[in-house]
This record gives sequence, C-alpha cells and structure tokens, in this order.
Amino acid sequence: MTWEHVIFGVVFVVALGSSLAMLFMRNAVHVALYLVAAQVALALAFLLQGAFFIAAVQIIVYAGAIMVLFLFVIMLLGVDKREALIEPLPAQRPLAIGLGALLAAEIIYVAAKGLELVTGAGANAEALDAINRDPGNVKALAHLLFSRYLLPFEVTSVLLVVAIVGVMVLARRMTIHDRIASQPEETVGEVA
Amino acid sequence: MNSVGPGYYLILSALMFTIGVLGVLVRRNAIVIFMFIELMLNAVNLAFVTFARMHGEVVGQVLVFFVLVVAAAEVVVGLAIILVMFRHRESANVDDVNLLKW
Repeated sequence: MTWEHVIFGVVFVVALGSSLAMLFMRNAVHVALYLVAAQVALALAFLLQGAFFIAAVQIIVYAGAIMVLFLFVIMLLGVDKREALIEPLPAQRPLAIGLGALLAAEIIYVAAKGLELVTGAGANAEALDAINRDPGNVKALAHLLFSRYLLPFEVTSVLLVVAIVGVMVLARRMTIHDRIASQPEETVGEVA
Repeated sequence: MNSVGPGYYLILSALMFTIGVLGVLVRRNAIVIFMFIELMLNAVNLAFVTFARMHGEVVGQVLVFFVLVVAAAEVVVGLAIILVMFRHRESANVDDVNLLKW
C-alpha cells in the first residue's frame, strides 16, 4: 500500500459514485454538479498517471468552461424542474441495464485481452516519468502537437470557427423568427 | 512495480463509459443526455491517458487534447440546438421531438 494506491482508491470511489449518482438524480442541476465531481476525480487520475497538462486542462476547460455553459443553459431554459417519472417505454430500463452490463463485460474483456499483448508496462511508465522530468510534460506535448500533429491542430481551429459560426446562425435565426412571430410591443426592449 | 497497474484505470474507464451509455438510454431530458455524453468522453480520455502511460509516450495525451477541442465544439453546437428545440417545443424532453418518427 503506497500513497498512490490510496489516492487511486479515493478517485475510483468518487468517480464511480458520482457517475452512478448522475443516473438517479431527477434535477438537471444536481446531475451537472455530480458530473463536476466526477471530472475533478478524473483530473486526479490524470495527475496520478503523469498527465499534468491534461489534468489542468480538464479542470479549466471541462469542470470550468463546459460545465458553466451547461448550467447557463439549464438556468436559461428553466428546466431545473424534476423530470417526469412516467416511463413511456416500460421495457426500456431493464433492457438498458442488461445491455449495459453486457457492454461493461465486453469492454473489460477486450481490455484484459489487450493488456496481455502489452509487455513492459512498468518500464514504459518509468519512461514516461523520465519524459516528464527531462523535457517536461508540457514541452513534450507541445513538441508533438506542433510537429507531427500540426495538421490536425490546424483542423481543430477550423472546427472551432465552424462551431462558432454555426451557433451564431442558430441563435440569429431564432431572433428573426421571434421578431416575425411576436407582437411589436414585445420587441421594444431589444436593440434594433 | 509498486504503482497501480493500468488494468484498474481501464476498469474505471469502462465502468464510467457504461454508466454514460446507460444514462443516454434511460434519461429523457436532452441536456442530461448531453451531460452523459460528456461523461463518456471523459471515460475515453482516461483510457487515452492510461494508454499513454502504458506505452511510455505522450501521444495519448495529445489525443486527449483533440478530444477536448471536439467536445467543446460539440457542446456549444448541441446546446444551441437544444435551445432552438426548447423555443419551438417549450420542452427539453426528447420524447417530444418526434416529427421524424415513423
């Protein structure tokens, strides 16, 4: 038992427990908060595995920016009321649980089979620690990102621009639609 | 080796991914379904980081970076679509969006 085992145990329990709690929370805000807990636990798991930059980005981008966006939309739509308990498809829940158990067994089986093919995982972990020590985690990542993965990196910038333009188009069409459909006195407060 | 083996991280990743799939199948609120998709992406990120450590390279961590970017774009577009859907239907329930249903 080292400190790493203890921290991994905490991460395992917190990540799995808050993911399970997400399934049973009726309130969307509670689901979002449990997702934040799971993401912070995962950031700890990344730290344990020597992915320092990714751990920081996980907290800043996921637990910070993306979850704030989620909470913003939840509050904007006012759907923080409880989900209806009436189930339109009665057979769906047992079926989903059965198929989910099957899927988990399948993934774990495939992972176990794959792990048998990997040799020297311990030595490789030492190699990653050496990389983190000598050029440093951020430096090693940046070197790969701006050399071998430069084209995918540029493509992601195109993707982000497309996403921004797409969201603006979606939002703008709605305001035009609102202006056509709504009464003139309701649009008085809007900036023309 | 005295540290936690990669198998345990992969088990955690698999279980979290399965919970994400279950949430998408069972829940009815579109925003909650989106949050479970985020959970699945997080589980896959954990698998990538585990593989990076297993192979002694940082390539897996670069892939996590790309997954993060795609997830951010996906969330922004998806939430805008949910917003439009809510304005048209006054509801974020996926059962109310059935115009294309056979």
